[in-house]
Amino acid sequence: MTDSPMTRAARATPPRVARRIRGLSDRAIAWIFVAPTIFLLLAVNIFPLIWTIRLSFTNFKANRNRPIEWIGTRNYERILTDSDIWLTMQATAHFLFWTIFFQVLIGFTLAWLINRKFRGNDLWTTIIVLPMMLSPAVVGNFWTFLYQPQIGLFNYVVSFFTGADPSSFQMIGDVNLAPWAIVIVDTWMWTPFVMLICLAGLRSIPDYIYEAAEIDRASNWRQFWTITIPMVLPFLMLAILFRGIENFKMFDLVVQLTGGGPGSVTELTSINLKREAFEKWRTGYASAYAIILFVTVFGLASIYVKALNKVKER
Amino acid sequence: MSAWSITEPTPRQKWVAGILVVLYALVTIVPLIWIVATGFKSPADAISYPPKVLFEPTLEGYVNLFTTRTRQTQEYLDANPPETWYEEIVRQYDMVIAGPSRYGERFVNSIIIGFGSTFLSVFLGTLAAYAFSRFKVPLKDDLLFFILSTRMMPPIAVAIPIFLMFRTLGLSDTHLGMILLYTAVNISLAVWLLKGFMDEIPREYEEAALIDGYTRFQAFRKVVLPQAVTGIVATAIFCLIFSWNEYAFAVLLTSGTAQTAPPFIPTIIGVGGQDWPAVAAGATLFLLPVLVFTVFLRKHLLRGITFGAVRK
Repeated sequence: MTDSPMTRAARATPPRVARRIRGLSDRAIAWIFVAPTIFLLLAVNIFPLIWTIRLSFTNFKANRNRPIEWIGTRNYERILTDSDIWLTMQATAHFLFWTIFFQVLIGFTLAWLINRKFRGNDLWTTIIVLPMMLSPAVVGNFWTFLYQPQIGLFNYVVSFFTGADPSSFQMIGDVNLAPWAIVIVDTWMWTPFVMLICLAGLRSIPDYIYEAAEIDRASNWRQFWTITIPMVLPFLMLAILFRGIENFKMFDLVVQLTGGGPGSVTELTSINLKREAFEKWRTGYASAYAIILFVTVFGLASIYVKALNKVKER
Repeated sequence: MSAWSITEPTPRQKWVAGILVVLYALVTIVPLIWIVATGFKSPADAISYPPKVLFEPTLEGYVNLFTTRTRQTQEYLDANPPETWYEEIVRQYDMVIAGPSRYGERFVNSIIIGFGSTFLSVFLGTLAAYAFSRFKVPLKDDLLFFILSTRMMPPIAVAIPIFLMFRTLGLSDTHLGMILLYTAVNISLAVWLLKGFMDEIPREYEEAALIDGYTRFQAFRKVVLPQAVTGIVATAIFCLIFSWNEYAFAVLLTSGTAQTAPPFIPTIIGVGGQDWPAVAAGATLFLLPVLVFTVFLRKHLLRGITFGAVRK
């Protein structure tokens, strides 16, 4: 580009000058546009967060009108040494691990199959996606009907294929089966999510890489492990991140399905927290619990994102 | 070299893949079909063993969904013959319709809160997204991350202080309170999605308009907004679906006047437990709009569910 005095002069008097005279400056517009959003988030997210931190050092109970006492870090100590919370964490870990395991396995397989580009794959993809768009509470509630012994469709289908008596097992009422009952419904609902992301990953791989591998006479098996998997991995990790955060927060689906029961075998952290905060009304204690959960999610997510970025760089 | 190439699967591969995917799709929609079917079953058919695939459809579920009923004495029933078809359905059980149920109200609440919060979050989100996309906002990346991180909190954890705050401000169980809350939750999605859409609109268009004498605001309104319409509509539908489906805040912060449908539907009970045909009827009506929207959203689905992280 020639840097003549004319072009330099043209650049030196950008339209911005003219604009500033007639309208607001870009800077002012930027602030006016961003401010309402930031204000709303401060009011509904940050202010309550600070309030929660304050409450977590007190023995406040929201259903009583007694003076608030500062009790230092006693809530935190109590939570971290409580064996019930440890059980809750185990239930959550079981739920997280197996839902992610099945969703990745089935989701990736489906994406891989859909990527064979058979006719009508668009229509079937849309059908598969439907469950994840629906209200988890409403659908979860209906699944308790499907899970009913004797009359439930799920039990009937299982007994049809295995020969077991449909009233001989209770998916929701049984201590051993209930943790799997919630895994099944969550997998049914959210496998399409992993599938869609994997599909995007598969479609992002340019054809010429496979063509080059073909010329080098790499076997299909080798192509799959050295091209497909590494190229899809960043997408897969992103899917796992989203599912991990969402399932750590899980409330609606499981509360409708099992309500945390039987006993507390499916009492995930959010359900446990709801009990403490809105049934036992231990507001201060529950606030400390909430802060611990938030720090955990935030910490784990940050570490994970770092790992994800490393994979992307490769 | 063989004709086989991974870039173009063989017909046989396509067949096998197609059959497997179709099988999965058929299995996965069975629960949804079952919801719709149960809505048209009589209570006896709904709980029969083995589960009935073929049955005589009836509107009992829908009648029960929209009404409350009371049992009446035989003399009363004889003295007052049924006048309408729905009254007749109820009479089979020696009942009369006592009045409308709350389902209609809850559904309307869902619509008011859903559309109200969607409008607000898309309106505010469009402005913020434009600023983030076009201007040098100080601490831009931090602000964007902050907006995203508000989604990492479990809703129950957020609900504790919100509950106290709403109680103090008198916002508990009000439409306004729920609209503001859902707007705050949705706005992170709206900003991230819309920023992605705005980034894709070439800056040259606005620059041309600015040179033609438009102010920045005019350029935004007359040049950028029309270009962003598809993105704005897609974002709006995503926000609407979120508010529509939301349960945790709704169940904790509303009880009477502003309760939405998701906490209400599971509480529909009949004689001896949940009235499944009525629950299924309520669920069908409630899920239907989302099913329709999902089909419309097909192209933008991936973007919406990943906060714009994957665009395709």
